[in-house]
Amino acid sequence: MAVTPKFPEKHYLNQTYGIRSWLLTTDHKRIALLYLASVTFFFFIGGFFAMMIRLHLLTPNGYLLSADTYNKMFTMHGVAMIFFFLIPSIPAILGNFLIPLMIGAKDLAFPKINLLSWYVYIVGGTFTLYSMVTGGLDTGWTFYTPLSTVYSNSAVAPAVIGIFITGFSSILTGLNFLVTIHTMRAPGMTWFRLPLFVWAHYATSVVMILGTPVVAITLGLAGMERLFGLGFFNPAMGGDPILFQHLFWFYSHPAVYIMILPAMGVISELIPTFARKKLFGYHFVAAASLAIAVIGFLVWTHHMFLTGQSTYAALAFSFLTFLVAIPSAVKTFNWTATLFGGSISFDTPMLYAFGFLGLFLIGGLTGLFLGCLGTDIHIHDTYFVVAHFHYIMVGGAVMGYLGGLHFWWPKITGRMYPEWLARIAALILFVGFNLTFFPQFLLGYLGMPRRYHVYPPEFQVYNVMSTAGASILAIGYLLPMIYLTWAAFFGKVAGDNPWPATGLEWKTPSPPPTENFEETPVVTWEAYDFHNRPDLGLDAPTGHGPHHPGAVPAHGHD
Amino acid sequence: MSHEPEHSYTEHIVAPHVYLAIILTLVALTAITVWAAFIDLGRFNIVVALVIATTKASLVVLYFMHAKYSHRRTQLVIVAGIFWLALLLFMTLSDYISRIDYRGVRFPMTQNVDTRPVLRG
Amino acid sequence: MHRTGALYGQFKTLEQQKDSASLGMWIFLVTEVMFFGGIMLAYAINRHVYYHAFAMGSNTLSLKLGGTNTIVLLASSFTMAMGVWSAQTGKRKLLPLFLSLTILLGFIFFGIKYVEYAQKFHHHLVPGASFDISYCVNNPSKCDDISPEELEIEGNLIAQAKAAEPNLNSHAQLYFSSYFGMTGLHALHMVIGVGLLFWLLHGSLKGRFTPEWNTPVDIVGLYWHFVDIVWIYLFPLLYLIDRHK
Repeated sequence: MAVTPKFPEKHYLNQTYGIRSWLLTTDHKRIALLYLASVTFFFFIGGFFAMMIRLHLLTPNGYLLSADTYNKMFTMHGVAMIFFFLIPSIPAILGNFLIPLMIGAKDLAFPKINLLSWYVYIVGGTFTLYSMVTGGLDTGWTFYTPLSTVYSNSAVAPAVIGIFITGFSSILTGLNFLVTIHTMRAPGMTWFRLPLFVWAHYATSVVMILGTPVVAITLGLAGMERLFGLGFFNPAMGGDPILFQHLFWFYSHPAVYIMILPAMGVISELIPTFARKKLFGYHFVAAASLAIAVIGFLVWTHHMFLTGQSTYAALAFSFLTFLVAIPSAVKTFNWTATLFGGSISFDTPMLYAFGFLGLFLIGGLTGLFLGCLGTDIHIHDTYFVVAHFHYIMVGGAVMGYLGGLHFWWPKITGRMYPEWLARIAALILFVGFNLTFFPQFLLGYLGMPRRYHVYPPEFQVYNVMSTAGASILAIGYLLPMIYLTWAAFFGKVAGDNPWPATGLEWKTPSPPPTENFEETPVVTWEAYDFHNRPDLGLDAPTGHGPHHPGAVPAHGHD
Repeated sequence: MSHEPEHSYTEHIVAPHVYLAIILTLVALTAITVWAAFIDLGRFNIVVALVIATTKASLVVLYFMHAKYSHRRTQLVIVAGIFWLALLLFMTLSDYISRIDYRGVRFPMTQNVDTRPVLRG
Repeated sequence: MHRTGALYGQFKTLEQQKDSASLGMWIFLVTEVMFFGGIMLAYAINRHVYYHAFAMGSNTLSLKLGGTNTIVLLASSFTMAMGVWSAQTGKRKLLPLFLSLTILLGFIFFGIKYVEYAQKFHHHLVPGASFDISYCVNNPSKCDDISPEELEIEGNLIAQAKAAEPNLNSHAQLYFSSYFGMTGLHALHMVIGVGLLFWLLHGSLKGRFTPEWNTPVDIVGLYWHFVDIVWIYLFPLLYLIDRHK
């Protein structure tokens, strides 16, 4: 009979007790959980503002909120979701937890800086929350000048300070990851044996390091303009608002790659595991991650096609925008090719991976319409853009995040989530998501502008569909929050490697001990190599097939 | 290789006389840059100033910061940083300098005329 | 993570630890390059468009004070490098000496900066409602730290600049915004640097830094040299725009 896994006696969760042992921890695994709590909190904040937007847009005549209040809703939705949820989510939670485990290290290179990065996030978040409750923010998350620096009557200064501070959390995390991946790999863990999740976070960290300081100085200059009357972007003094946009988007475009690269890293872990097959084209996927990071810095002006900028510059940036799609496409082809000939199972993480594949594809392709100069004239600043980036951010990044949370939940908590409930929640999420955002493509194409509190009545039916979808989506999000929390305490004991998967993190108990590994592992196998891993207990010749008695047990329903 | 640095690395200790030579060079270059500022070179004043400043900065990076004696990896990080700064500066400037006169709207960067409305004197 | 001697628990060897610290500081300095780079870009664009206003603003700055500060900082880089050398070669007594010299030079820099800033406030050269580039020329009695000859030169320069740029007073504020923004950020970084130097001084007096382990001295040194490099660029960009009239 299959062996029932035992819950380890001592692990990182019960090693020490008390609030101080959590708030002063330097254990990367505990810090990941601290981030999980705070990031989820901000997800609720962003979700609340999303709900307000969708409720207001049920009617075309701006019945629920005033124009100013509506501006505040979409602004704060964007700020909360982008800076406090999407950017930190996968790196600070899954990256923090898993990277040392995946490379065979005891911790990150700088554990105290890791803790500092969480506190910096909290301080930045506090400033931004303060702004939200003392007048809100109505400038759009893009803080375009001179509205944000001169004319806005909302609480711009504390928000700008808050985001400035939170940027340092990003920088410290990225710095920690880069140094760790360079200097802390276990013996035998060469660069090309690293899981692609690690490669993805390496690329993400490069973007964080090179881009975040620019938004820091940009918001710093905007803050100085607002608070001290200094002149950089204010036309009254001769300053240039377009300069603000250049500086702002130099970071904010690469920021979207900070949001998606880690999710792609998750997908690169999920698909080989649930197709039980080596990832197709490992080197190409690793190179594509770096290519996305680098080319992503060369395209920012595509957010500014309608500002009256140089046509020649616009042409160059449009071309580069098309170029940046290529490495993403390479990855998508490679993930798909991995499925071919694999032994596919439809566990919840895999459902999220499939969702990612389809929705990221749609989001990415619609980016091409936006990157094309001619069509962008018509669809810029419409709901087409809104739909495009939500397909990538929600359909892509959030699906990756949830898939990763489910996949690694047994490692983090030692217990399995309820599989059937999770599958139903994933389906609800998928349906809700598409109902929310697909109509927005149509709305944008038909001409409904974004950031307007009223719209022509003929668009109402699509808006109602979108709001209905949003309520279904909300259920899709609430369910995992509830059952994952439940599972952490009462779920079935998972064992070291319930899937089984090939990463180094699965060779240590679930939950792991504080020092991660009893002895430093020595790596002698390639990544995702199901064939040469007898320790996984799979059918030897093919690496396929159902678990047989005596092997590592499945999680109950295979 | 795993966690060891890329090659066996023994720390290179730079001798004080090297530092002395560098600081004297830096002071001399400072004097030169001030002297050059008083000569009318038109457009090239800024070029000369930046070239001298970059020379000074390079000396500090190479010798005071030991970049000359560091890992390849460190040198790559330095080059990447400088390259990215150049990217920021030049790609943004490329927008400004390539704007052309269109339907009577003239851009200050190319035509050296300020046409922005003045709201306050 | 606990420490055994100088080695932190997450590392296996002192060499790995030193390697990581050094790489970490260099990566941090790259973020600082991008940070200052942003304000340099703002400066570059505004300077190009409003050259005459920027030149005029630059001419109100004291070349003596700025030049002295440049030499002071370069010297502090030298003393810092010598401090690192002392630590590397085990010269326990010299290290605190060089650190103290570096701190002293830092304070001299602050002193001179304070004088410059005070002058600006006095002469109505701070961007805002009371900004007036011609304040000293029009009120010589209020600006008695400038000699009449210098005031006359300044008056001529202002007249020339106004001819080229009618909105001189408005656009000169852009120059001073860059001036205060750039030197202010630089000064903030120096304050942090001096703080770190005090921390090193404290450690050096306790004999904590040896040839086997002097990493903190090394990486604070890197940070200090970077702050010097920023000033190496700020000096010509702010003080030497158009001195040849």
